[in-house]
Amino acid sequence: MAGAIAVVGVSFGAIAVASGLSWWMPTALSVLVFAGGSQFMVVGVVAAGGGLVAAVAGALLLNARHLPFGLALGDIMGRGFLARAVGAHLLIDESVAFALAQKNDPARARAVFWFLGTMAFAVWNLGTILGAAAGQVIGDTDAFGLDAAFPAGLLALVLPSLKNPRTRNAALLGAAVALATTPFLPAGVPVLLALVGLVALIPAPKKTEVSA
Amino acid sequence: MTLTAILILAAGTYAFRFAGPLLRARLAKAHGGAAELPPRVTELLSTAATVLLVALIATASLTDGGEFAGVALPAGVLTGGLLAWRKAPFVVVVVAAALVAAGLRALGVP
Repeated sequence: MAGAIAVVGVSFGAIAVASGLSWWMPTALSVLVFAGGSQFMVVGVVAAGGGLVAAVAGALLLNARHLPFGLALGDIMGRGFLARAVGAHLLIDESVAFALAQKNDPARARAVFWFLGTMAFAVWNLGTILGAAAGQVIGDTDAFGLDAAFPAGLLALVLPSLKNPRTRNAALLGAAVALATTPFLPAGVPVLLALVGLVALIPAPKKTEVSA
Repeated sequence: MTLTAILILAAGTYAFRFAGPLLRARLAKAHGGAAELPPRVTELLSTAATVLLVALIATASLTDGGEFAGVALPAGVLTGGLLAWRKAPFVVVVVAAALVAAGLRALGVP
């Protein structure tokens, strides 16, 4: 996973510089934003002439999912203010998925969250700097299948949670909503809309006999 | 790209990230100041995270820029998913998914 994150980081740095950004900009984005999808989006929209406001707004929408992630994971980061303030920045899809996969053992979940978060931060930024310095696009990372590696890794991590039928129903309903709305809504919104899948958690109302 | 735009994106993203743990602390306080939230709330929140991750997996595997992503990408993810289901090690899952997607593309499958 670390290797995949590093390679995508290299390609981000290279693409950003190739699309006309100064060398320090992709690095600043990787250190300060640290959310790959939104970084590619902001660079891509600007490169396509979409304007800065649209680019930043779209990227923020894409990152809104971190709020419910933090709500679910709050205690796993630690309870102190500093732990939460630093841990919040390390909240990425991968660290959330790894930590949730260990949620029955809070100490282990915490160790996994911090280890994965700091490691991902290190290799993502190292990769970005290398890519920006090389300045040459290393080719299409899709050709290496990296775009399949990330969802497959996340899937392996959530699979055990889906054994629970209530969770599974909510997740399937949510995924269906997200897929159905993806063609019509800006990136990031369909995933948030998936939360309506949580209605599957509401217990079926007891049948009441209607007496005439 | 300007420094201001980078800083706004960074601040907004951090706000989303930090709001979660803060809200959780507040929620715990609202439930009588207990350190632990009631099990029902904890279940709801962790299910919500799973729902978001599964939606992220589904959209990332099946769509690209709002359109159907083709065959190679979902086939790669599906291979990884089947291996994970058969309890294959994590590295095997990730590498196999990438190899299948890359292989199909090398053969000209979209």
